[in-house]
Order: sequence, then structure tokens, then C-alpha cells
Amino acid sequence: MITYADACRVLNESRGEAVAVTTMTQTKYWNQISKEPDLDIGIANGMSKASSVALGLALGDPERSVLCLDADGSLLMNFGSLATIAGMAPKNLYHFVFNNGIYSVTGGQPLPTAGVEYAKAAEACGYASTHRFEDVESLDSALPEILRSPGPVLIEIIVKGEPQAEGVDQTWESNAKMPLQLRALRKRLTGNDDWGPGGPFI
Amino acid sequence: MINGVLHPKNVVAQLVELGVSHYVTLPDSETAHMYEALMAEPSITMVPVSREGEAIPVAAGLFVAGQNPVVSIQNAGLYEAGDALRGLALGIGLPLVMFIGYRGHNRMGDTADTAAKYLEPFLHMWRVDYFVIESDDDLDRVPIAFERAAKTNQPFAVAIGTEYAKESPSGTESEGE
Repeated sequence: MITYADACRVLNESRGEAVAVTTMTQTKYWNQISKEPDLDIGIANGMSKASSVALGLALGDPERSVLCLDADGSLLMNFGSLATIAGMAPKNLYHFVFNNGIYSVTGGQPLPTAGVEYAKAAEACGYASTHRFEDVESLDSALPEILRSPGPVLIEIIVKGEPQAEGVDQTWESNAKMPLQLRALRKRLTGNDDWGPGGPFI
Repeated sequence: MINGVLHPKNVVAQLVELGVSHYVTLPDSETAHMYEALMAEPSITMVPVSREGEAIPVAAGLFVAGQNPVVSIQNAGLYEAGDALRGLALGIGLPLVMFIGYRGHNRMGDTADTAAKYLEPFLHMWRVDYFVIESDDDLDRVPIAFERAAKTNQPFAVAIGTEYAKESPSGTESEGE
């Protein structure tokens, strides 16, 4: 079993200039180590939709790799996105699913069913390839080659659950950060600082 | 343009002129012929989704990457997509035109279809501005929808209040089916 911290560290070491779309507990760890914050989006106010935002980014900028650090509970809530992604078949999308079997941010309640195998589900939907890792050494050694292979690729990572005992990390401030991150990312990807204020946060 | 019916090829021509890059959609009965017309337009990429709640997040990602997407879903699907509309359109200030199939709509406002009954109250509740389009005569509102979305950095809905007409293979028009 892999810790969130180790999984995020290994992914960060291989990201290069890939866009990183994170959600839930992954966002907390990713923000602590990322050296490219203007290529990061923490989906803090778009329940379960990290994989769909990542698909849009991958289709919109096909020359740049997109890493999606998804969660098992989130993916169950947006399971059809596996078929949508497989259908569009973006070669630059790498879909990581952190599988801990629980809803961490709400205190560790179990998912509706245990033992869902996300790599097998993605394979059945038609992803180009799938992988499943239970120890960090195997993930670390395989990752560079995986990120050179054509997507869409789903990489299931079995992680140790970290139920939050004192409520969620997601706050009004984290929700307010996402629109700013999205504008910074658009500026980085397009070179244009042309997305003005809108919505309740800015 | 032919008055009284709504021809998808006219809408496609507008989308091309407005520089639309991607059409993110889950087909519905009102817009089925639009799907066929778009498949014949090489400059716009169709992105079919499995569930309407995916459409707005995919469009958000496309926009952030510098593309110019639109969304096309049915009113019943818009209800399913409510949280995505909240968090990833209204919440981030996304300038997005959403074509919404107005299932059950008629001019008299007398419908037993709750999908139609609740559409305009739903849009009012979310404070999403909109036009209703029922024929080719209404198509001058489409560019205005794009202007309003861009000016406000908010989503703007174009409710399709009639079934798109079927285009005949010869290019002559036929009535909606």
C-alpha cells in the first residue's frame, strides 16, 4: 500500500511540464510539492469532475501531457467519464486513480462497494492501456515509460486511507482559489491574459 | 433562410462564423438533426459525453486550453448537470454558450411535460440569462448570446424551442419530423 505523500512525490518527479488536475486529498499533498503551480488545478468546487476537466484540457492542448490525480469516490460519481475519455482517446491524458476505498474528506466512510478495480473498468471501456500499483517502488520504476506511452492511460494506485478527523480541508478559500488557478493556467497555455473577472469569487 | 422552421445547417454556419471549436453534447430528440449537420462540418470537433454533468467541465477544460467550445444538452440533462453548472460555470466565471433542448415546449405555455415546465424557472433560479429560439427568424440572437457570455464571463443559454428540421440530402429544406 502506498501513501498519498509518496505517490504524489513520485508523480511530481516525472511530470515535466504537464498540466496537473488534482482533487480531494491529492490536492493537499500536490500543493506542498509542486514546482509548477501555474500548471496546476485543484478541483475544489466541481464535485467529481476532475476527469472531465482533464479531458477538456487534453483535447484543447494535444501537444501537452495532462495528468489527472483522481479519487476512487470521485470517479464512481462520474463513472461515465471513463467511456467518454475512451471515446475521444486523447493520447496525452494520464488518468491516475487513488484507490483507498473510503471517502477520506468526510471522515472515512466506506464507498458503496469495496473492491472496484478501476484499471479493469478503464480497460473494458477502451483506454489505450491500464496499470495497477500497490507499492511505490513499482510505481516509481514504471512511471517514466508509462508517461511516454500513448494515452489515454489509467493508472490505479492503491493508497493508504487518510480519513480526516476534523472536517474537510475544502473551504471557502480553496473554492475561491480555483478560478484564479484556472486563469493562471489559461495564461500559461495560451500566452494571453484575457479572461477577466466573473462569478462570485472574483 | 426559411421562416417557420429551424434548420441546423443555419446554426452550424453561425457556429463556424463565431469560431466555435468544439461541440460538447449528449444528443436529444430535439437536436438529433443538429448532430447530423455537425458531423458534416469538419472545423468543429464533436465531443460526445456519457452524461450531461460531464459537458460543462469538459467545456471548461477546453476553454482554459484556449479553445472556443459550446455545450448542447437537453433541459432534463441540464437539471442533472446542476452542480457542474454551479461550480464549473457560474462559480469560475466561464463564458459559455449552452444550447438547451427545450423538450415539451410550446408557444401556449400549456404543457404536461415537467421538463419544459421547469426550464425557465430553473434558469432564473441559477440567474442564467437566455433566449428561446424557435425558427430561423430567431437566429440573430445566437451571436448576441456569445457576446453576452463573453462580456459577463458567465454562461448564457439558448433554449431550442422546436425540433431542428431534417435537411434533405439534396440540400433542399424539409419540415421538422
